[in-house]
Amino acid sequence: MEFESVIGLEVHAQLSTKTKIFCSCSTEFGDSPNTHTCPVCLGMPGVLPVLNKEVVEFALRFGIAAHSKISKFSRFARKNYFYPDLPKGYQVSQYELPIVEGGFIEIDLPEGKKKIGLVRAHMEEDAGKLIHQRDVSFVDFNRAGVPLLEIVSEPDLRTPEEAGEYLRKIRTLVRYLKISNGNMEEGSMRCDANVSVREKAEEKLGTKVEIKNINSFKHVEKALVYEIRRQIALVQNGGQIVQETRLWDEKENITRSMRSKEEAYEYRYFPEPDLVPLLIDEKWAERVKTDMPELADEKEKRFVKDYKLSPEKASIFTESNELADYFENICKAFHGYKQIANWMLSEFLAYLNKEGKEIGDVDMKPRQVAELLKLVDEGTISGKIAKSVFAEMWETNKSAGDIVQKKGLVQIKDENKITEIVCRVVEENPDVVDKYKKGKKNVMGFLAGQVMKYTKGKANPQLVNKILLEKLR
Amino acid sequence: MISKDEVKKVAYLSRISLKEDEVDRFTEQFNNILDYMNKLNQLDVKGIDPAFHVVEFNNVFRDDKVKASLILNEALKNAPKKEGAFFKVPRIIK
Repeated sequence: MEFESVIGLEVHAQLSTKTKIFCSCSTEFGDSPNTHTCPVCLGMPGVLPVLNKEVVEFALRFGIAAHSKISKFSRFARKNYFYPDLPKGYQVSQYELPIVEGGFIEIDLPEGKKKIGLVRAHMEEDAGKLIHQRDVSFVDFNRAGVPLLEIVSEPDLRTPEEAGEYLRKIRTLVRYLKISNGNMEEGSMRCDANVSVREKAEEKLGTKVEIKNINSFKHVEKALVYEIRRQIALVQNGGQIVQETRLWDEKENITRSMRSKEEAYEYRYFPEPDLVPLLIDEKWAERVKTDMPELADEKEKRFVKDYKLSPEKASIFTESNELADYFENICKAFHGYKQIANWMLSEFLAYLNKEGKEIGDVDMKPRQVAELLKLVDEGTISGKIAKSVFAEMWETNKSAGDIVQKKGLVQIKDENKITEIVCRVVEENPDVVDKYKKGKKNVMGFLAGQVMKYTKGKANPQLVNKILLEKLR
Repeated sequence: MISKDEVKKVAYLSRISLKEDEVDRFTEQFNNILDYMNKLNQLDVKGIDPAFHVVEFNNVFRDDKVKASLILNEALKNAPKKEGAFFKVPRIIK
């Protein structure tokens, strides 16, 4: 029997507004506990929440970018449950009338592009943070009321890899839209997965299991692989899948059944009486559309056209808006697009990856990179020397010109000077020269290497070869 | 008709503990209220949109500008239990 898995994801993206969704407390991350709270986000009686307009703007931006339908009329609802991270005993969310409905995200797969449908995206408030001790928990309400956009996909994903790719696309999108930093490891993007398995020819969906608590990018695929294997094994052994919520245990690399009474949640949603309905007219949606920044897919196409990049390279450079801007700014200062692309891939990104940095952490300016590549292009330094200059630039943030000047790295292009050194090398290695004359042409490399050694790598390699050949004739 | 079990369930969801005689009393009251609601259900409301607010306001917004939060002591003032900068609650495993 061959099985396939059916996966739908619920992504919670923390929106990067300055203030919370229903009050004017700061959303700044990492400040001391309970210093960003007020009567509204602490759930005191008699207070009135007021919607942050920026949250609506951000949700609209996402909906329009994801080709969704923008609801002309939407409202908030109370989702009732008790948990100590929720001060009011309910979470203000959206239920039957979300702001964004339908749409799709296009993902890139080895076999081509695939559209993953969206059910909806809605606005809601985040809960506080619990720090568990042995028999008590400490509550920090700084995060309570931070705006979230919950993005719910259709069960269109078929493999853990597709799910991973979908998540990466969402992350790129929210970053381009500047509505969330999309950082899963810091908790500003979180993900729950609905998973079921069925026989390949079967059309009916299997019983689904919800996996919660997946807190990092690399764990999403791992958790799905585990859960799919578990379900297939269960079915093959004649077992029944139970509809339940399971938690991903990232230490043991398994999913565990929650087995708690709380599982039988009954949220008793009802329209939030403290908030008024939200009307979005065409003019508003149209304005958001006009202000939409260039998104990754368009930018990728433009990079292929303007900078003659391969789609693969263009896709790497457009993965983040910051990296794309950085690349473009180098291109403005130096027009050797191919050299820039190669340098970025072989050196720049390698350094970034090695040090686990983001482009925003780099002090080096795009024009500094352009200056270095210009020096290579003009023949002032060799490509090999450029690598060591770049290493020093990375460390010290000095300009390429300064480093080259100070260390005397300027390429030697003076034919007389090179001839002088070539003669010396030829004199010092009579036996090697002899071998060459007897037909062992590959010793040429050794001799050229000797010349480079005397010039500390600064001799122009083309000239060295030319002059060596003349002398050996 | 609302059963006693349903009353118990609603009580559980609301984290209210009820004595057996209270369950009886509330079951009767629940049913009285629902009977009354059923009278409203007999009204013909075809073509009338449900109202969720008594006033017809839409689109009330705030600008995204930070205002001062409560100082820590004020924020924790009403907490039955606190420790340091935190509210303290019994541990509940999710």
